[in-house]
Amino acid sequence: MSGLFDDLRDLYQEVILDHGRKPRNFRRLEDATATARGDNPMCGDRIELFVKMSPDGHIADAAFQGRGCAISTASASLMTETVKGKTAEQAKELGAKFRELAMTGACPDCGAEFSEEMERLAPLSGVHEFPSRVKCATLAWHTLNAALDGTKEASSE
Amino acid sequence: MDTLAPAGFDVARIRQDFPILSQPQARGRPLVFLDSGASAQKPRAVIEAMVRCMETAYANVHRGAYRLSELATDSYEAARAATARFLNAADPREIVFTKNSTEAMNLVAHSWGRGVMKPGQAVLISELEHHANIIPWQLLRDDKGIEMRVCRVTDAGELDMEDLEAKLADGKVGLVAVAHMSNVLGTVTPVERIVALAHAHGAKVLLDGSQAAVHRRVDVQAIGCDFYCFTGHKLYGPTGIGILWARLELLDRMPPFLGGGDMISYVTFEKSEWAPAPAKFEAGTPPIVEAVGLHAAIDYVTAIGMPAIEAHERALVDHAMGALSEVPGLTLLGRAQDRGGVFAFALDAAHPHDLATLLDRAGIAVRAGRHCAEPLHARFNVEGGTTRASFGVYTTKEEIDILATALIEAREFFK
Repeated sequence: MSGLFDDLRDLYQEVILDHGRKPRNFRRLEDATATARGDNPMCGDRIELFVKMSPDGHIADAAFQGRGCAISTASASLMTETVKGKTAEQAKELGAKFRELAMTGACPDCGAEFSEEMERLAPLSGVHEFPSRVKCATLAWHTLNAALDGTKEASSE
Repeated sequence: MDTLAPAGFDVARIRQDFPILSQPQARGRPLVFLDSGASAQKPRAVIEAMVRCMETAYANVHRGAYRLSELATDSYEAARAATARFLNAADPREIVFTKNSTEAMNLVAHSWGRGVMKPGQAVLISELEHHANIIPWQLLRDDKGIEMRVCRVTDAGELDMEDLEAKLADGKVGLVAVAHMSNVLGTVTPVERIVALAHAHGAKVLLDGSQAAVHRRVDVQAIGCDFYCFTGHKLYGPTGIGILWARLELLDRMPPFLGGGDMISYVTFEKSEWAPAPAKFEAGTPPIVEAVGLHAAIDYVTAIGMPAIEAHERALVDHAMGALSEVPGLTLLGRAQDRGGVFAFALDAAHPHDLATLLDRAGIAVRAGRHCAEPLHARFNVEGGTTRASFGVYTTKEEIDILATALIEAREFFK
């Protein structure tokens, strides 16, 4: 079809559409060691996040369930993939860098430590041009912080 | 531009009254504004009346013994009289200016609910209510032990009148509070029947006219209700002003809502006496410039004619039913027989927020989410929300066609 929306391909890159339609790790983790619920009360997006920490303090598995737009679903999906193997501290640091990417479109101070992960998350950087959609991309990461901090509930507000 | 428009109704000319519709838009596309149900655009007449008030006739009202204050008071009270005529109220003193419809309903919940109703009584609302007509009653319930009952809505999106009657049957309902028109389904509720049933069971009736008052002529005496409210900004007027209409004898029985200046006749530290209605309910400096703007908005729609506006919107509704039914994968929420120009829908391939972002790119402003009616979305199993297109006096059939075409393309985009 002709391109009424062609210039939105930067926001809705194929990776996002794919993860939005077929989210990875979209399941409950029955043996989760930490869970949290994330709500975006403005739009009704809601996720339940499950994290399983290994005895040596690394994220052994992460999964989620819930409902949301393509961007929030894709962001949660990509997050569960990228945080596996990280310590809680590393995952939170990665989340802070991702939030900067989502808000500004770039993360100049990301350095070498997370370059591979940030490259995987880069397709979501297009949201910075859509202020009303930044929260869609960051909801999963707020929820991850809540799970890791044991606060159980996060809001993107 | 609009071939089936009622005689004398020229939508192209009306569009020229709204400066925003001719503003240059991002990406060079014309603005297709389909969010009037949230807040309507403003005609030049309203903008200019408010500017004129501030430039030539502004001072505080009801207190100055000088010419400007008298002028401002006259303007403010003229707005009250115009509002009374607009609703065919028996007396301008039955019009209370509030901040918006939400405040008007909170006023009733506070002053009638807490001040006049008794524990053990019930308030009957419905599943199609806006949060503004749910939360005040929940607060009342939790505070005063007044039960909150909820009338069911049918799959077509109409009030289940049998359920309404059943929930009135025990005579405990003191107040029925329902929308005159749904802000999600577009359903226009059968208010005369609701009033007849409620009164037969000893209940008063509050109608939330936030949507309805914009789209059709409202005659509170003919409807027979006891309280009616609407808000200025959906009626092409300014934000910051709404109205509550109530019968004078009810207002006289109700204690004040907010306390402060202007609502008293006599004050000592031991005891004060309240001014008569409507002043009793208008504490503090009121929205003076906004009242002038509301007056101009009422004059504006009255000059076009509410019957002509209603006919224009009926033609738009018929057109939209046809155009939207040709969008594959689109499910409309509610199919009420009597409905206005509000359409909430789900598109199978796209979440409402993704859809709204796409439509915005095409210059189309719609609303995505649950439109302050979360329980209604749960009722129709669309907890994730819907996309809503809502029409105004300036909406054209061409704009509805632009929406339908964009929806078909958006679906392809996400497929």
